[in-house]
Amino acid sequence: MLTWKTLLLQDSASPLMEQLSFFHDHTLMILVIITVLVGQLMIMLFFNQFIHRYLLEGQIIEIIWTILPAITLIFIAIPSLRLIYILDEINNPMITIKTIGHQWYWSYEYTDFKNIEFDSYMIPMNEMKNFNFRLLDVDNRIVIPYESQIRMLITAADVIHSWTIPSLGVKIDATPGRLNQISFSINRTGLFYGQCSEICGANHSFMPIVIESISPNYFIKWISKMIEI
Amino acid sequence: MPLAAAALKLEDLKTAPFDPRFPNTNQTRYCYQSYVDYHRCQKIRGQNYAPCDYFKKVFHSICPNAWVERWDQQREDGTFPGNI
Ligand SMILES: [Cu+2]
Repeated sequence: MLTWKTLLLQDSASPLMEQLSFFHDHTLMILVIITVLVGQLMIMLFFNQFIHRYLLEGQIIEIIWTILPAITLIFIAIPSLRLIYILDEINNPMITIKTIGHQWYWSYEYTDFKNIEFDSYMIPMNEMKNFNFRLLDVDNRIVIPYESQIRMLITAADVIHSWTIPSLGVKIDATPGRLNQISFSINRTGLFYGQCSEICGANHSFMPIVIESISPNYFIKWISKMIEI
Repeated sequence: MPLAAAALKLEDLKTAPFDPRFPNTNQTRYCYQSYVDYHRCQKIRGQNYAPCDYFKKVFHSICPNAWVERWDQQREDGTFPGNI
């Protein structure tokens, strides 16, 4: 979950987000090196004495500072492309969960076994308990077994929304008339928070997403309970 | 197929498999095609032909319930655009 001191990415809770975090750090390292180098060059240019009065061209330095950025870009592009294709991979999902964006709440469907449907509304401030997070907790959480491949299918009923869980590295648009698929698996139990990430109208800020990650055995119990209801 | 709640086990968790016809993020067609395939299968092989149920399981897993309801209504009214 995001708190006041979270300046960079949130702690990862899925293998994909781990890889994304590594990529972020790797790219940021290259960025810092370039910033320091360019900063030093600028300072040098400001304070030099214009010794090379008749300098017109320098073929070698031109070649070096053209080739070097190209090589640097390759070092960013290759891990980036690798990640893009890993993120798209879907390997034998255990369950399929559908989420439908509405103005302004999310609804969920588990239809692999029986038909389980529920809506997930934000808890308004006047109904909040002391332990709730303001603007972030919902009445019905999505329950998901951990360390299992989940296939998430996302669509919307009215306008475009976006279903997001930052600590899982998941962000995908919910488009009316289209089904988008994403797969992920969660490393550990816990609660994972996210918010709608596509401006969808007046209450855009008030349709959060909460995942409750539990062990597969408890998930079975939960499913059985939900079927009875 | 009534599922007894107590009998539900971890091994029972099964869902529609990855379909190489639809390798992309966009799975709209997987849903629609399975729905059409199911009803075409029923039309050709009759109501009680068990292999058709595969498509039924797939479209129930993949399609949003609202879409299925709308298409069922359209089939009733005879306005379903697909070729069944
Ligand atoms: Cu929204």
